[in-house]
Amino acid sequence: MWHLATVGTAAPAAAPAATNLTPEQIEYLKLMGKDPAAEAGPVARSGFPTLAQMGQVMWQHLQSPFYDNGPNDKGLGLQLLHSLSRVALGYLLAAAVAIPLGFVIGMSPLLYRALDPFIQVLKPISPLAWMPLALYTIKDSSVSGIFVIFICSLWPMLINTAFGVASVRRDWLNVARTLEVSPLRRAFEVILPAAAPTILTGMRISMGIAWLVIVAAEMLVGGTGIGYFVWNEWNNLSLPNVIVAILVIGVVGMALDLMFARLQKAVTYAD
Amino acid sequence: MPTEFLKVQGLGKTYPGAAEPVFDGVNFDIAEGEFVCIIGHSGCGKTTILNVLAGLETASEGHVFMDRREVAGPSLDRGVVFQGHALMPWLTVRGNIAFAVRSKWPGWSRAQVDAHVQKYVALVGLAAAIDKKPSQLSGGMKQRVGIARAFAIQPRMLLLDEPFGALDALTRGTIQDELLRICAETRQTVFMITHDVDEAILLADRILLMSNGPQARVAEIVKNTMPRERTRATLHHQPAYYPLRNHLVDFLVARSEGLSHGRAPATPVEVSPGAAADPEPRPTQTPSLRRIA
Repeated sequence: MWHLATVGTAAPAAAPAATNLTPEQIEYLKLMGKDPAAEAGPVARSGFPTLAQMGQVMWQHLQSPFYDNGPNDKGLGLQLLHSLSRVALGYLLAAAVAIPLGFVIGMSPLLYRALDPFIQVLKPISPLAWMPLALYTIKDSSVSGIFVIFICSLWPMLINTAFGVASVRRDWLNVARTLEVSPLRRAFEVILPAAAPTILTGMRISMGIAWLVIVAAEMLVGGTGIGYFVWNEWNNLSLPNVIVAILVIGVVGMALDLMFARLQKAVTYAD
Repeated sequence: MPTEFLKVQGLGKTYPGAAEPVFDGVNFDIAEGEFVCIIGHSGCGKTTILNVLAGLETASEGHVFMDRREVAGPSLDRGVVFQGHALMPWLTVRGNIAFAVRSKWPGWSRAQVDAHVQKYVALVGLAAAIDKKPSQLSGGMKQRVGIARAFAIQPRMLLLDEPFGALDALTRGTIQDELLRICAETRQTVFMITHDVDEAILLADRILLMSNGPQARVAEIVKNTMPRERTRATLHHQPAYYPLRNHLVDFLVARSEGLSHGRAPATPVEVSPGAAADPEPRPTQTPSLRRIA
């Protein structure tokens, strides 16, 4: 379908129009980027790449994913690594904060009620809204990107951990109490495995959001990363590259999600 | 009568917002090695009493002493078998019992723990299922694991909260026999909640009868006059069986309701229906009770 839509639109109607133009007019059109000769050519395209072009561009990227020819011409793999490392760093930081904090909030109904309004207000804020503030205070675009990932991955993990911990079945806690289990052992051997499926659901949601946000964040801050690559290729008007990048973003996102699905399956228990 | 082991004095519980206490003035003793069942209608606070004995809940008034020490919290001295088995579904049978064993003896080596676990799993006849998860077990098997877990820590006293409530009659019978055998072997002190009159007659040395709530009390203590070597098969052929059973059913059906709102005596009367000395199923020394009923 794609092939038909992109290839079969030869526009001979433009050809006679070109012949009626004076040389000055043709020159003017060329300057404006609308070369009548090119438009009247045998393969007048819609501007959208054909499948063959796509394949060619894809092949180029797959052949050398890690080349580096200066700030505006880096391999797709290299850009991807930049994005992934940002996501990983922001995400791990968020996990390091959200999971212990969620544990504490989940175990203490008082703290839960005290912090809940703040969480509810902070949660719906688009992570990109933090960007100006981050850029102003951190004064480093790359670190700001990491901060944005941190802030967007924080909430689902925090809320799910707190919820999972708060809804651990009373029976299991009572078993631990009658066995005089120490608080640390109770946290790691009863509450953690009991809440693990819920916590991992939160982590999976967070990862999904982080991967969505990194593209937008990198479009804003620029420099490196798959998001910057997309924006840069848009500015180059290189749609094949943009489409390749879109596909790669999708595949990587799917791989990340699959990874978490595996982890989730490993900790889920049948009741 | 052996020396008292567990003493419950004037126990009462009022839930916040409630006008009347669920139960108050609950008094009874349990001797070491004794098997005591408590029967009463739903809502009379049996489970709350058990939770107080376990140290999981605190009473509004009154005290519980075990071995002359006040019960102030959960302790490894008192093993609990919960109504819904309360096994941890992410652990195998072995893991569940090992969790309890390691709590009791933190210094034990892995091999020691495992040997102990295997011994108690074999005791309840689940050696073949030791590496299965609870979700792969039937209801009866799960409850057996719960019992094995409670026995494995060798508590001084065992608290059972309607352990067989959710089981079918056949499974229940088998596990009752097993429990009877294990208790006879270990001379375990047991406090058990049940709704089943026959179960109480089969297992208990003494049966506490609770009046209805609110303000429920232990109204009567019924001594099981039959010899302790009882079996399910021959139980109903014993001469004392029917007087005892009738007495219990009469209480639950006819009298317990009239004894709500604190009309039951604070000090329960002890009766032994079916005993040679007292052939009357109804006690003669409690005229006040009969008038209310």
